[in-house]
Order: sequence, then structure tokens, then C-alpha cells
Amino acid sequence: MYRYDSYDQSLVDARVEEFRDQTQRRLSGALTEDQFKPLRLMNGLYLQLHAYMLRIAIPYGTLSGKQMRMLGHVARKYDRGYGHFTTRQNLQLNWIKLADAPDILAELATVEMHAIQTSGNCIRNISSDQYAGVSADELTDPRPWAELLRQWSSFHPEFTYLPRKFKICVIASEEDRAAMRLHDIGLELVERDGQIGAKVFAGGGMGRTPMIAPKISDFVSEDEIISYLEACLRVYNRYGRRDNKYKARIKILVHELGADEYRRQVEEEFAHMKALGLNPPREELARIRACFANPAYEADASDAIDRSDPGFALWVDRQVAAHKQPGYAIVNISLKPVDGIPGDASADQIELIADLAERYSFDELRVTHAQNLVLPHVRKADLYTIWQKLDEVGLAEANLDLITDIIACPGLDYCALANARSIPLAQKIAKRFANAQRQAELGELKLKISGCINACGHHHAGHIGILGVDRRGVENFQLLLGGSGAEDAALAQITGPGFSEDGVVDAIEKVTDIYLAQRTEGERFVDTYRRIGMKPFKEAIYG
Amino acid sequence: MKILTGNDLGTGDVIWWAGDGWSRQVNDSADVGDKGDELARTEEAALRVVGAHVIDASLTDDGVRPAHIKDRIRALGPTVRSDLIAQPAEADIGKWVI
Repeated sequence: MYRYDSYDQSLVDARVEEFRDQTQRRLSGALTEDQFKPLRLMNGLYLQLHAYMLRIAIPYGTLSGKQMRMLGHVARKYDRGYGHFTTRQNLQLNWIKLADAPDILAELATVEMHAIQTSGNCIRNISSDQYAGVSADELTDPRPWAELLRQWSSFHPEFTYLPRKFKICVIASEEDRAAMRLHDIGLELVERDGQIGAKVFAGGGMGRTPMIAPKISDFVSEDEIISYLEACLRVYNRYGRRDNKYKARIKILVHELGADEYRRQVEEEFAHMKALGLNPPREELARIRACFANPAYEADASDAIDRSDPGFALWVDRQVAAHKQPGYAIVNISLKPVDGIPGDASADQIELIADLAERYSFDELRVTHAQNLVLPHVRKADLYTIWQKLDEVGLAEANLDLITDIIACPGLDYCALANARSIPLAQKIAKRFANAQRQAELGELKLKISGCINACGHHHAGHIGILGVDRRGVENFQLLLGGSGAEDAALAQITGPGFSEDGVVDAIEKVTDIYLAQRTEGERFVDTYRRIGMKPFKEAIYG
Repeated sequence: MKILTGNDLGTGDVIWWAGDGWSRQVNDSADVGDKGDELARTEEAALRVVGAHVIDASLTDDGVRPAHIKDRIRALGPTVRSDLIAQPAEADIGKWVI
């Protein structure tokens, strides 16, 4: 894992003290709310539906046991004993007191964490593949580039006041586990003639105008990624629609210009940038890369797994993924128990997972955009013990990528922007499909719920998506089908008129019945949808 | 009726104007008539509230209930955490979100 150098630590410590002063001035009345709001947002502090909410950055979803334990500590000491892992691989605390915020940030800084740039019209937390560095199918570990981008984008003076927020994702495998093409810029690391570089995609996103990012470049060499991104951002910063908040994201600019014209402008700017020598020296990438070296795997770790306990065997089949190192496995921890809240974890659970990471996963864990957690380096011999410990705290659900592994935004239960509640609907759907055999029969089915058009719950990218809307003061739910955030990225299409909360659960059941009746061998739900189209599903739903 | 709500500046708690001060219980809300905006300015300047705004509400048999579901959930607390709601005596959460 990356460790802060003295520059990183100084920056974060200075920012804490700056925010402490700003907070004191707000509480004393020296600053008005209009003056203070942009300052607190720059430090991840929102005023939400019920209270202040703090969004803590987890860069590219990677953290240590000590950092995880600190999250549990601040949840218990300063909040109400739990936190919410988000689709941006961050953690949100929902019940923060303003006067406590600087102390929380100071405590986080002691473990190299912060909440900087988790809000505002700047480059946000860089996201990446939760299997980075451990997956057998990746070209290289994408996290050194993600870390390089984190350093480049932190307090970048030119890109602190962009037309709108800006999200970047880096992956290094053909299988996209991070919804890369639904980011403002997506980088896929590839190899050409023995050299590492990046395919660059720009102008993706969800929200009210969902777009899949078109490819802007087939290959940018690793030495020039930073200056190429500078060029991408410069064109956007200059021409992005600052006149209209709803048209200010880069996806609108790329769409309005067309990908070819945007590319031409970027290349023109890139030619100019090249002469400026902005790329970091190779030694810096090498320094960062050294932080992500493989841990000291046991060379003779056994591949054997005792599957005699049927509950354990079921969990292994669902939650454990192949690791590049013989004798090791990747463990996915579901934060989607049937009666739970997607992405929520109590302080006790967070601390237990921190213990597991330290003891069994070389002190490392990951947060996924699907609101689950990952222990990336587990000896297969330790899987049974881990399963037992997870089971003790209600985290041994075996539902990864199944219909109950639901992405859901906080919705109207917590969010001031939401129009409808996502969580109770997720719970109703999970209950309806709770039977493990039924879930397995349905296979991979990614269901994603957003409580408003801002799409934090990624409904556009759901095999089944649900969008909550406000229909004359009453919650209403639109059903969408056929989306994907993976390498087969697609935007889901609305089926037709919306439903009540119970109505949409019934509609989902009808949709899954059509799938089961019409699928061919090996087809996932989304494959069947693509083959037979919307019509049979609509007929089943609306009669 | 018109009622005034906002968040406590220091704690962030949802609060309701009760006529002579702020309450954490929506049932204590006073009808502010056409004085809401002026009250909001005064109270914000006094650092007792942030984001003060006037909303529509009704006086029902159960007490004061905001007109819009979003405001009713603000008054109740998250409907999925009955252990954290601001109305601990409330048995029927469903009545708040219809």
C-alpha cells in the first residue's frame, strides 16, 4: 500500500488546522453559512437531511487494517456507531456535529486519511478495480497510476473550480469491475509493443443525462498520462457549460462537440503540453509502484479447501474469487444481508473486518463500487476461519452479484436531494428473493436503485435498475432493464409507467419469470434481455 | 399552517420553531404565518440555526405533520432505523411516509 511521505502528511495536517480555524469562525459567527459552505464542502462535510454528513475518502478503495479500525473508531466516538460505504468507494458518516468535524479529520490524518475533495467541483477520489494487484486477468496493478493521479489532482490549482465535479477511474484488465466507462475519464491500462500505456475514455457518467464514455485515445504512453489528462481537463475547463449546472459535466461537452472534435482539441492542447515538461519523472512512478509490491506470500501455501461444511462451501462458491498467487484467494464480504441496509456496517463490524485484514490479508482490504468489501490476500487455509468470524457478525451472506446484492443509494431516508426511499425498497426486494436456491437459479443479476435522478445508486447501469421519483408528493418507482457497468457497458431502458413500492417488487418478479422462461443455456438475465428485447418483459409487466 | 424548520448550527439536529425557541419535536411547531422568513433571518444571525426555511404543514389528530414526505422524514428520522428516529414513541412509521 502507498504510505504518505512528509509532503502528503504536511498537506493533510495543514488542511486539518485550516479547517479547524474555519469551523471556529463559523461557530463564532465570523463566517456566514454562505461563506462557510464551500469551505466545509471542500472537506467533505455536507448538511444533509437530518444532520451534517462527512464523506471520507478511501483512495481507489484501498485501505489498511489500521485505517479501517479508525473508521470504526470515529463512527463510534463521533457518530451513531455505523457508517455507509458508497458507490464511490468512500465512507459516509451521517450524524456528525460541526464542532467535532476538525477533531475527526485530525484523527483520520493520524492514519493517512482525509475527506479532501470528496465534494465540490474538483477531481474527486480516484476509483479503481477492487481486485487490483491480485487478479490473474490484469495486465499490471493499476493502483500506482491511481495514486499518481491522486497526488496530481490533490489541490491542483487549475482544476479546483471546474465547471462541475470530475471522476476518474483506472483499471488494468479487460473485465471491468469498476464501471470505468461511466466515469468522466476512464483509463484502461494496456500494452503495446511491450510498453504500458492507457486507452483513454472521456465523457461518461450517470446522473440525469447518462452517457457511456467514447474512446478518445487508443494509447497514451505511461510517461505521458499526466500531461494527456491535463489536456483533457484543460479543454473541459475552458469550454464546459458553466452557464447551466445540469449541462456542466464533461459528458455534455463531449456529446455536444462530438468525440472526434473533442479528441482534436485535446490533441492540440496535448501537443502544447508536451513541450512544458509536466510529466512526473519515472523515478516517482517507480517510488509509488514500490509501495504496491506483492506481500510476502507463502510459496508453499496449499490450494486445498475443506468443503465439508455446506454453508461454507456455498459461501466459497459465491464470495471467493481466484487469486494470482497459488494457495491464496480473494474474499468478497457482502454488506447486503437480507434485512440489512446496503453498504452499511456497524463500528463493531468495521473493527472485526480490520482485525481480519491485519491477521489474514497482509493488513489490506478494499471497498467496491458495489458497496461490498474485499480481503484481497487470503490463504485458502484461512478461509473457513474467516467465514466463521464473518458469520458471527452477520456478514457471511453468499450473494455476490446475485439479485439481493443490491446497490442502493441512501435515498430519502438520509439524502436531501432524494425523491424516494431506496433502502426500504432494497429490503423488500431482498426479502422477496431471499431464498438462496432461487437466487442461484437467477444467476448474475445486478440490481441497482437510485432515489433520484442523480443516480448515485447507478440505476442506469443495472441489469435491472430502479429510479425513485416524486409523483405529486408520493414515492413512485420507474423500472429500467438492460444496463451494465461492466466491459459490456450499456444504459438501461425504462420499461414504462412507474410503480408503487410494492408494485415494483411485483414487476421485478414478473421480469425474472420471463427471463427464466426464455433464457437459453448459459445466458445471464442481461443476455436474455439483449436477445429478446424489451417487448416480452413489458407485456408481462403491464399486460 | 406554515412552520419553520432548519438544523441546529452546532449539532446539525433537525429543529422546529416552537414560538419561543427551537424544539427537536415537530409536534412543538408553531404556526409562523407570514413571519417565517423574518424569523429565519433573525435566528440564523443569532447562530441558533442553519438553513432555516418555511414549509407547509397541517395540524392532524396525531400532531403537526409536514405536507411533503421529505419533510415528514426529516421530522421522523430515517424510516429504516427505528432505533435512531426522532420520535421514539412512534409505533407506526408507515403513517409518516404515505
